[in-house]
Amino acid sequence: MSREAPVLASSPRQAIRPSRRQFRMRRLVGSLTIHVPLSLCGVVMAFPLVWLLSTSLKDPGEQFAFPPQLIPTPLYLKNFTDLFRLLPMWLFIFNSMKISVLSVVGGCLSSALAAFAFARMRFRGRDVLFAVLLATMMIPTQVTIIPTFVLMRLLGWLNNHAALIVPNVFGSAFNVFLLRQFYRGIPQDLIDSAKIDGAGFVRIFWQIFIPLGTPALASVAVFNFLWSWNDLLGPLIFLNTQNNFTITLGLTFLQGRAGETRGHWGVMMAGALLGVIPMIVLYLLAQRYFVQGLARTGIKG
Amino acid sequence: MVVRKRATLSGLRRQEELTAWLFVAPVALGILLFQVYPVLFSLYISFTTWNLIRPPRWAGITNYVHLFTTDFVFPTALLNTAEYALGTVIPGIALALVFALLLNQQIRGRFVYRAIYFVPVIAPTVSIAILWTWIYDPSFGVLNYALKIIGITGPPWIADSAWAMPSVIIMAIWQSLGFNIVIFLAGLQGISQDYYEAAAIDGANAIRRFSAITLPLLSPVTFFVLVLSVINALQVFTAPYVLTRGGPANATMTIVMYLYNEAFPYQSMGVASAIAYCLFVIIVALTALNFYLQKVWVFYEEGT
Repeated sequence: MSREAPVLASSPRQAIRPSRRQFRMRRLVGSLTIHVPLSLCGVVMAFPLVWLLSTSLKDPGEQFAFPPQLIPTPLYLKNFTDLFRLLPMWLFIFNSMKISVLSVVGGCLSSALAAFAFARMRFRGRDVLFAVLLATMMIPTQVTIIPTFVLMRLLGWLNNHAALIVPNVFGSAFNVFLLRQFYRGIPQDLIDSAKIDGAGFVRIFWQIFIPLGTPALASVAVFNFLWSWNDLLGPLIFLNTQNNFTITLGLTFLQGRAGETRGHWGVMMAGALLGVIPMIVLYLLAQRYFVQGLARTGIKG
Repeated sequence: MVVRKRATLSGLRRQEELTAWLFVAPVALGILLFQVYPVLFSLYISFTTWNLIRPPRWAGITNYVHLFTTDFVFPTALLNTAEYALGTVIPGIALALVFALLLNQQIRGRFVYRAIYFVPVIAPTVSIAILWTWIYDPSFGVLNYALKIIGITGPPWIADSAWAMPSVIIMAIWQSLGFNIVIFLAGLQGISQDYYEAAAIDGANAIRRFSAITLPLLSPVTFFVLVLSVINALQVFTAPYVLTRGGPANATMTIVMYLYNEAFPYQSMGVASAIAYCLFVIIVALTALNFYLQKVWVFYEEGT
């Protein structure tokens, strides 16, 4: 289903033809009644993020200026240098990147393999296993977190990034479900002709399903990245020395430490901004997949 | 000959079976290790007293009884979570629907609007909550400044036990709005224009078109958003943790935050697991209720 199709469909208003002038007036009024509330709300929605950027660039005095100023003069970059002096922010970002990227790569690969088998292969126990998989989607993470902690302690992985990466590498029910739906839509003819050419399932998976399934896989990847990057509870439970902190855990730590700097709130906002920027970059690169992924789960879920 | 041919065919089938099991093995193992085992183990732990140091000691239903009778915080956590769920779910859905209807028009700058609404969704809740701590600052926060301009003396927001939960709710609605908008937009674009054209010919006005076409045809999507929002709301942790650490005076203590406190700072794994199971039961019950109630208000087009 194309996202743009309904826009092209003719509007019901055109069924009754008004004169050209009337039509133009009506369109103007119509677009005003839409644009005015939308842009007002847009300002309200965007303001907090603008304020984040603005405060991060304000000197200590200006942060408390009355009335508050939107555009900092002069631009005060010392909040950022103070921040990096206070805490190893680059290390936090690196840790988050490492955990998220490894989780995404492993999680996508294992989920795609399973999704392919569930969608396109015959094996005993398939339906039972798939039902169990779907049932686990009901289990809240909080129910599993204590036993997972116990397991990680047993493995000696407390305060180790493996505790946050390895569970994701085994894939997830959500990923498998989404990919399976997509793989079921790939024509059987492609598989049959590949089989005639002597391709085995591994080759069919790798050379047909991986390339054709890229949009679904990309959606799964961006959501997995988002969850890994934004997770706080996991790092809070598993990590306890500063050098292992993720960006989210580092930021909660910064809450207690920013008071040591001159630019207190500015330094906090600078830190918060560092957490947001990579996600904005990801959104700009992959916004299609965010939206498609949501639409897919929303409509067919 | 016939026998040999059958043997090779079943050989192929066996090979397919083996390959398939190899393909699902990682996910199956993951489900076993990180879902099935934990769910059963935490059920067991919830009936024990365990501090991670000495082996778990069987305690029967003591932990559950404790939570509902002698524990001071748990009832508060339940009520707070209920307040959060009520405060975020219904207004969140209603607002998202309004925006989705506006954004579904043929307007310029849809890309810009969508980015504005969506950035809070993808940004880490930790960053967002740190930002709102500053916005909510009673003396220097920009929110109370804005209120002062229109002649209102703002409340102390997160510093006040009466206002702390509403503060968390407002922030949460702001943050999750874009998520619901995107799902609603996808739903709206799935509604066939034929219905609207037929209605226009019949002379139906905008309100009638909305209530007789849009609302019923969108109801499966609304249902999906509702189920998801309720589940997410019950699991709230990060926003109140960063904004208030559960305070002041437990005013923003939620079920999951209490679970975390019992398990990790206090190491009472038995009580924490009992809390987890209570949460699990509540989520399953409310989801089941939602599915039961959908018969009343969710409209499915014939043939879908």
